[in-house]
Amino acid sequence: MIRYIYADDLSLYPKLASSMFRDRADQFHTRLGWPVDVDDLGEERDQYDALNPLYVIWEQPDGRHGGSMRFLPTTGRVMVNEIFGHLIGDGTITSPHIWECTRFCLARGADAKTAAGLMLAGGEIMSGFGIRHFVGVFDARMQRIYRAIGSSPEVLGSQGQGREMISVGLWEFTEAARRKVAQRAGISPTLSQLWFDRAFGSERMGPMAMSA
Amino acid sequence: MQANVNLDQILEELDATGTLEGIQGVIVKLRNAFGVDHIIYHWVDSAGEQYGCGTYSDEWRDHYIAQSYIRVDPVVIGCFQRFHPVDWKRLDWSGKPARAFLADAMKHGVGNQGFSIPIRGPNGQFALFTVNHTCDDAEWARFSELNSRELILIAHYFNRKALEFEPERKGEQSRALSPREIDAMTLLAMGYSRAQVADTLAISEHTLRVYIESARFKLGAHNTTHAVARALSRGLIIV
Repeated sequence: MIRYIYADDLSLYPKLASSMFRDRADQFHTRLGWPVDVDDLGEERDQYDALNPLYVIWEQPDGRHGGSMRFLPTTGRVMVNEIFGHLIGDGTITSPHIWECTRFCLARGADAKTAAGLMLAGGEIMSGFGIRHFVGVFDARMQRIYRAIGSSPEVLGSQGQGREMISVGLWEFTEAARRKVAQRAGISPTLSQLWFDRAFGSERMGPMAMSA
Repeated sequence: MQANVNLDQILEELDATGTLEGIQGVIVKLRNAFGVDHIIYHWVDSAGEQYGCGTYSDEWRDHYIAQSYIRVDPVVIGCFQRFHPVDWKRLDWSGKPARAFLADAMKHGVGNQGFSIPIRGPNGQFALFTVNHTCDDAEWARFSELNSRELILIAHYFNRKALEFEPERKGEQSRALSPREIDAMTLLAMGYSRAQVADTLAISEHTLRVYIESARFKLGAHNTTHAVARALSRGLIIV
C-alpha cells in the first residue's frame, strides 16, 4: 500500500522508516556511488530530510519499504534551487503550485509496478492539493524506469556521466497518463484515492453538511 | 458568493502597505471581493510572537483565546508543520471537544465550509490563511474548484508581506526572475502566444508553463496578464 507520511510522523512507522533510509543508502551510496552521508545504522539522510518533508512510501506486505520519494514545496528550501540551479538555467523555480520531488528510491528487487504505484500517488497529490508540476532530481536508472512506466519527466538539464549522471526534470500529470500509470501499477484509481484519503482525510468525513 | 474580483487592485494595495492595519484593510476587501463570509490570516513569527488579522468578530477571537481553542481546533492541529492545503471536510472533527468547538464557532458566525492553507516561512515562521463560508457542499465544491489555486497564491503573498515585519529580515534572493523567466515574460509582453514563446525559446510548452508559474509567483501576481503588467511596470523586462 501507499503511505503519505510527513517526517515528524515517521516515528509512528519505525520499521518502514528505517528500511526506507537503509534502502536509500543502498541505492544512492552503494549502487550509484553518490557522495551522500550514511550513518552508523546504515541509513542515508541529507539536510532536506530535516525540513519535515512529505514522504510517499510504498509499504510491502511485511511492513518494509518497497520504494519512496520525498516532497517539499519550492517556496521553501529545495535541492533544485540550492544545489542544481545551474541545471535549470541559473535561477530558481519558486511557486506553491510546484513541488520538488527528490530521493526517488526503489528497494532492491522492487519492480516497475512499485515505481508506477508511486507515480500514481504523485498524481493524487497533484489533483488533491492543486499542484500543477513536480520538479525532480533523479538518476539515469530512474529515468529508464520512468520511461518504462509511461511517465517520463521532461529533462531540463543533466550533469555527470553513466551512473553518476544526475538530471533535473519536470512532471505534469494528465488524466490519460494517470490511467496508463494506474494500469502499469495494477492499482485501481479507486484504491489509490482511498490510500490518499486515509492519509489526508476523506471529503466525506465532514460533519458540517448544511442539510444535517 | 463570487465576485467581481479586482484582484490586481487589491494585490497592489497589499504590496504597498507597511502596517498591520493596512493588511487588515486589504483582507476585508479581499473577503468582499470573493463574496465569502470570512478570510483570516494568522501567523507566528520566528521569535514565536503571534499575529492575526481577518474578518472573524472580535468576540469570537477573544473567546477563542480565552478558551485556549488553539489546542482543540482541528484546523490548527491538521495544518501545523504541514504544507498541503486542506478542505475542512478532510479534517478530523469526530472527537467530542472538536465537535463542541465547531458548534461554538458556528454560534459565533463561523461558516460551515473552510479551506485553509498552511505556510512555512524561514526560521520557523508559520502561517495559516483560511477562507470560510456558509453554503452547501455542492456550492463550496464549485467555489473551491474555481478559486483554490488563486487563493493559495494570495495566501503566500500575505505571508510575504508578514515576513517584511520580521526584525532581522534578509533580502529575498529567491524572488529574482531567472534569465529564462525574463525571456518568457518579455516574449509574452510582446504579444506572442505560448506556443510561439516556447518555439522561440526552443523549450516545450510544459517547461514554459513552469517558468510562467514561477515568474508569476515571484512577481506577486495572480495570473499571467497581471504578471506581465508587473514585470513591465517594475522595469524587469523591456519590450
